[in-house]
Amino acid sequence: MKASTVRRVGGRLASLFASLLIALSLAFLLGRLSGDPTATILGPMAPPEQREALRHQLGLDLPVVVQYLDYLKGVFTGDLGQSLQFYQSNTSMIADRLPYTLQLVGAGMALALLVGVPLGVLAATREGTWWDRGASTLALLGQSVPVFWFGMMLVVLFAVKLGWLPAGQSGSPRHLILPALTMSVYPMAHIARLTRASMSDALAEPYIDSARARGISTRRVVWRHAFTNAMMPILTIVVLQTGILLSGAVAVEYVYSWPGLGQLALQAIQFRDFPLVQAIVVFGALVFVLLNLLVDVLHSIVDPRVR
Amino acid sequence: MSQLELDPVTAPVSPPRRAGRRARTSAFWLALPLAVAAVAVFVLPLTGLLPDGGQNLDATRQPPAFLAGGSWAHPLGTDKLGQDLLTQFVSAGRLTIVIGLVGALVAIGPGTLLGLLAGYFRGWVDRVISILIDAQLALPFILVALAIIANRGSSLPVLFLVLALTGWAVCARVTRAATLAIRERQFVVGLRAAGASEPRIVFRHILPNLAGTIVALGTLQVGTAILVESALSFLGLGVVPPMNSWGSMLASGQDELSQAWWIAFFPGLAITVLVLLVNLLGDALLTHHDPRKRRR
Amino acid sequence: MSEVTETGVPGDLARHPRTPESDTPVLEVDDLVVEHRDGGTGTLFRAVDQVSLRIAAGESVAVVGESGSGKTTLAMAATGLGPRGRGDIRLLGHSLSAVSRTQLRRLRPEVQVVFQDPHGSLDPRQSVRSGLRELRALQPERTSWIDDADLLGRVRLAPDLLDRYPHQLSGGQAQRVCIARALLMRPRLIVADEPTSGLDVSVQADVLALLRQIRATTGAALLMISHDLAVVRSLCDVVHVMYRGRVVEAGPCDRVFGTPENDYTRELLAAMPGARWRSRR
Repeated sequence: MKASTVRRVGGRLASLFASLLIALSLAFLLGRLSGDPTATILGPMAPPEQREALRHQLGLDLPVVVQYLDYLKGVFTGDLGQSLQFYQSNTSMIADRLPYTLQLVGAGMALALLVGVPLGVLAATREGTWWDRGASTLALLGQSVPVFWFGMMLVVLFAVKLGWLPAGQSGSPRHLILPALTMSVYPMAHIARLTRASMSDALAEPYIDSARARGISTRRVVWRHAFTNAMMPILTIVVLQTGILLSGAVAVEYVYSWPGLGQLALQAIQFRDFPLVQAIVVFGALVFVLLNLLVDVLHSIVDPRVR
Repeated sequence: MSQLELDPVTAPVSPPRRAGRRARTSAFWLALPLAVAAVAVFVLPLTGLLPDGGQNLDATRQPPAFLAGGSWAHPLGTDKLGQDLLTQFVSAGRLTIVIGLVGALVAIGPGTLLGLLAGYFRGWVDRVISILIDAQLALPFILVALAIIANRGSSLPVLFLVLALTGWAVCARVTRAATLAIRERQFVVGLRAAGASEPRIVFRHILPNLAGTIVALGTLQVGTAILVESALSFLGLGVVPPMNSWGSMLASGQDELSQAWWIAFFPGLAITVLVLLVNLLGDALLTHHDPRKRRR
Repeated sequence: MSEVTETGVPGDLARHPRTPESDTPVLEVDDLVVEHRDGGTGTLFRAVDQVSLRIAAGESVAVVGESGSGKTTLAMAATGLGPRGRGDIRLLGHSLSAVSRTQLRRLRPEVQVVFQDPHGSLDPRQSVRSGLRELRALQPERTSWIDDADLLGRVRLAPDLLDRYPHQLSGGQAQRVCIARALLMRPRLIVADEPTSGLDVSVQADVLALLRQIRATTGAALLMISHDLAVVRSLCDVVHVMYRGRVVEAGPCDRVFGTPENDYTRELLAAMPGARWRSRR
């Protein structure tokens, strides 16, 4: 038992580490494959001495293997290089922007849970009725809509037409409402669909019928028995979606001029700030792998069979 | 944004007839409007019914016909240069649909092949491919896209590269699981006993048996590709002028939200409806080919 | 009318031509060990433990045991179709560990397998006819001795079944198609893995009669995997009793079933269906 747990966790760790290494190497390669970035950065008319100086500054005059090892060493010591555009360390810039994105993702995810879970439960307990069809269609709609467009339409309605809420920037809780609502659409739909699926599986189990037969109230059966069965998949999705949103909120942040990581990434691309783009990709991959690990740990705590 | 979460698909078996027919009927009714829309965006420009798409600075930011101040000369209104939005909408729709289809194909092709190889040969082939799948799924795709586009600039080939890189892993994972299930079926052992070669078993027997699942996955992938394209184009990183897609129309509509919200409204609505139909169709096809779901 | 339902043995099933029988055993297995690694716990599990087996040309051998005793793993390993494990396996005198890939592919048609689930043994996307066509394309010389209609006649199926797909066949019909496909290859050894347990009781007897008749007319050896002692008794000369991967007792059917030496065999005889025939005789 013990040895097998060690084997399993070890294997999972090794595969996560391999994933991370491949992701890091990919990010590195993407930065080198495009040829000499100094031409793109300085423009074709730049004098050779200036380009040479930039090459030296970027470390491009070193052999590729040395560059790669330096890069890996940097990643594991928390040094993600220097931005070309801001003349600051990439790590500190990411750290500056992260709280904004965290705020947005946290609020969006909370909203997604608050609406998505009841919606899924509603659909599962009334399987086959119009409630179910309505909730399921709504959830599928949430996965089909370009969320940033949904955000734009919210701006039109609540900021432009009605003037109730600010259209962009951050600052007060009022500023957070529309972006968080927009952010919640996709995970909400995902959570609703998942809740419905795992709850209706659970409700079809024989032990639910026997619990009902023993006179346990329907509400108790639904929440105490069926819902606990759905919790783990929901938790998994919440954690993984958080990982996606932390770095994938680019379009939503752009719509609301939200000063988070996504905006930083866009700026970096517009100014061809390759080190910064690479740093953000690496950061995203690190977060994602760590959250995957968290999911595994949660699984082994909650599900005794995995242990 | 759209991350497909599919159950591992078990091996397809011959369908109980009535359930099969019902799934086929619903698939037909979902495919019909899609086909009509696809034909419309290709045929309408040829009919000469569309308004002239040129600039007209006397008629800028006209609202759609059904709003006060609109006219039927420009059914969906005009943009800030007075260009007709319906004409733009149709030609942008054409590119969006093409990108959706090609984007799905470039993801499904390599994804299916790698999934088949991993599932059939197992061993080290499987281990290598599985690590690649995990690695791909461990990278938030928008960042992969940004990194590639930052280096390569925006163009259609780069867009397809991004769609292939971000879509193959899900297809590979599902194909791998389905192949693992099918390869244990006894007819595969029987064929081996008859002296059939491995490539023959994989491509002549396992692949045809996966066809339904692959078509369903491909359909869902069309929806994903359209959503990814719209997000990238919206950020100015996908389809860029002079080409136009619904996503890039959203980009130009973003600046006009306070004055002319309809510029962004219709393309976004069109994407939503298109992707919703595609997702419903994909779900219907997947249910049809997943015996576990069908038997209920 | 798609299936002839008479159960008697028709006389038209002529012995088909084959190369002169040699004295080499069809299959020899020495000290075979097959281990599986359990995916969940990672522990090594011995499915087949030090098993030896010998099947002479035309002989009919049974392996019996409860489910999970390693019968199927043994059969798959012994015929080179599954994980091979450790130990020496000689098929028609060729050691499986020594033959090349191409040699193995040439050897394989000599052993044909009939499985428990007839529908799972047929590609759902192939009609009976196109399935047979593929087999003929794979082994042109071996399969030219008979045409499709005659072949189906030998397993007592009407030729109009040729254009059906597997899901359009009943379990009994599908199993006959599987037997026909095996027969087409003119194998020296037919492995039958629980060939009747997936079928309705009413057709089980038909399929058994067919197998018995094929054995009598083609001279192929039979390796029968079963937990049904009545089936084994009616078809086989020699029986091996497996328990937890080991062969605990082996010998002629009459001897083993009449005077079992091993405790487990005795238990099996008392518990298994078909044990009652002893009192009947």
